[in-house]
Amino acid sequence: MQIFLYILKRILQSIPLLIIVSIISFFIIRLSPVDPLAELKLNPSVSKETLQKETERLGLDKPIIVQYGKWAKSFVQGDLGVTSNGEQVSVKLKERIPNTLLLAVIVIFLTWVVGVPLGVAAALKWKSPLDRVLTVLTSIGMAIPSFFFAVLLLIFAVKTGWFPIGGLTSSNFAEMTFGRKILDLAHHLVLPVTVLFTISLAGLQRQMRANLLDVLDSDYVKFAKAKGLSEFKVVYKHALRNAINPMITLLGFEFAGLLSGAALTEYVFQYPGLGRLILEAVLRSDINLVMASLMMGAIMLILGNLIADILLIITDPRIRVKGGAS
Amino acid sequence: MFRDVLQQLWKDKFARVALIVLGIIYFALFFADFIAPYTKDFSDRTMAYVPPSKIFVIDENGKLSKPYTYNYRRDFDGENLKIVYTLDRSQKHYLKLFAQGEPYKFLGLIPMKRHLFTTDSDGRLFLLGADINGRDVFSRLLFGGRISMTIGFLALFVLFPIGLLYGGISGYLGGKVDAVMMRFAEAVMSIPSFYLLIILASVLPSGMTSIQRFILIVIILALVGWAGFARVVRGMVLSVKNQEFVQAARSIGQSKLGIIIKHILPQTTSFVIVAMTLSVPSYILSESGLSFLGLGIQQPDASWGNMLKEAQEFTNIISRPWLLTPGFLIFIAVLAFNLIGDTIRDVLDPKNKVR
Repeated sequence: MQIFLYILKRILQSIPLLIIVSIISFFIIRLSPVDPLAELKLNPSVSKETLQKETERLGLDKPIIVQYGKWAKSFVQGDLGVTSNGEQVSVKLKERIPNTLLLAVIVIFLTWVVGVPLGVAAALKWKSPLDRVLTVLTSIGMAIPSFFFAVLLLIFAVKTGWFPIGGLTSSNFAEMTFGRKILDLAHHLVLPVTVLFTISLAGLQRQMRANLLDVLDSDYVKFAKAKGLSEFKVVYKHALRNAINPMITLLGFEFAGLLSGAALTEYVFQYPGLGRLILEAVLRSDINLVMASLMMGAIMLILGNLIADILLIITDPRIRVKGGAS
Repeated sequence: MFRDVLQQLWKDKFARVALIVLGIIYFALFFADFIAPYTKDFSDRTMAYVPPSKIFVIDENGKLSKPYTYNYRRDFDGENLKIVYTLDRSQKHYLKLFAQGEPYKFLGLIPMKRHLFTTDSDGRLFLLGADINGRDVFSRLLFGGRISMTIGFLALFVLFPIGLLYGGISGYLGGKVDAVMMRFAEAVMSIPSFYLLIILASVLPSGMTSIQRFILIVIILALVGWAGFARVVRGMVLSVKNQEFVQAARSIGQSKLGIIIKHILPQTTSFVIVAMTLSVPSYILSESGLSFLGLGIQQPDASWGNMLKEAQEFTNIISRPWLLTPGFLIFIAVLAFNLIGDTIRDVLDPKNKVR
């Protein structure tokens, strides 16, 4: 019950946050000298009526505060306007967000499955050759610019022909059976996942290693050892549980990092995700789309942090007590 | 303290290599005008996309000779519909050290003509090939590096004072001011940083001079990063603000701002140094990403990111791999900064063994 109250409290707290985010983004975008409807006006397939409706909806003839009010009202009502191609923004977002989430979830899952054990191994064998090799490898992983790595992998894909070049699905995707569809998706996901995985793995492994080293250095672990507990029990029963808690907080940040890092990777691989959507929208100065995807990005980020906090309550009883009291 | 850190850096094997590598890079960038055989804007349209010049030291008779190179000839192969490059063996172009070449202004001040090495005026020495406009990739790497390798530092020097002051004021004053200031910082952090970056960059009006654009990119990079830093500073301020030395300062009537700047913020010095060295690479990466997309430094100015822009078309890079060289340089520079940052952190913050 307490957990639900806490979650409710957190959700309520994030509403003012989102309002501030929307104000900041709105003013930044309106600062630009670009006419928000310029692209729409040039598009011959967009009718005069749509234009008129958009002008009214955005209140372009009124002062900026009124414009913001109008925008906020229609945003809350779920009307996100149309893109410069005349498509509904909400349709576009619905199409793209799941793809970005899919990518992020796969990458987070893989980095945890691989990164945590590697971090533990490095901490237990501190200053051994294994630790050093891992440190060097993670340094390399952290130093490759994501877009450059993506470009290199694209060359690899073109040269070997082993992987499809960009996109998420093959052209004949609709005709495939369910099993084939999954395989096709996986095939397309390999390269983008590799890029993001390499980059986020490095950070996670280092964090895990550092946390465990810290915990192994603490008094209660020394005490457990002195008491004669087996190494295995000390590490896996006492140390690891405490070393992993800060990692869960990190999960939220990792998610944020992925949203950002994914933008460039998605762009290079022509992956139909939110990151590429916002990039293209920015390059075309498609205001409605930029604004809506910014808000979606912020909502996803806040949700990610929220999920991390909830997980932390489940794994760390200390927070449960404190969270209940405050 | 500074000397101590430097000594420790030198002791560490990796950090020493990293220091030397960065030293070489910055040295080369400083003397870029002299080292580069061509100026930043030198272009020979007939030489678009020529491969790296081949340098020969053994002539056609098998004898040792002064190093020389041949120009490339660009011909259109009508059968395969592509452009082929062949060496024009009719004329040798000898390499010359400290010879006269394209005129330039050393460090933008002293007019000079000498280059470290060049070839005669109708020969073309493109050590790393040429780009679409027939510009020398090697020379542009050096000029682009000047931007790529300084922009991160400059952004940090804008960002850290803002973050320090913001976090300091918020933490010291506490109460409602703190709550409002922190909500605002959290809101900035809630926008995925790269999204914020590209949106800020896209707002920049076109038609600015390259210096204006450079400064604005620095400011944008700083605007994206300050919030997270301010939050950490605030936390540190909270932990020291009730200590005796602060109370003493208050009791002798020091102003609030004075206390924050003179007494509280200096407590965060070692954290600031560590945080700064560790965040240089991420700003180098951000700038290159931004320029890669065409939102950062614009042509005809060079930066490592915007040189990679041509690599977006993969038909381009498969037949012209030399266009990828800026990427490797970014990688090396970032790696070196990371290694140094790690070591500095170990020295200044021994409790925290490698992140």
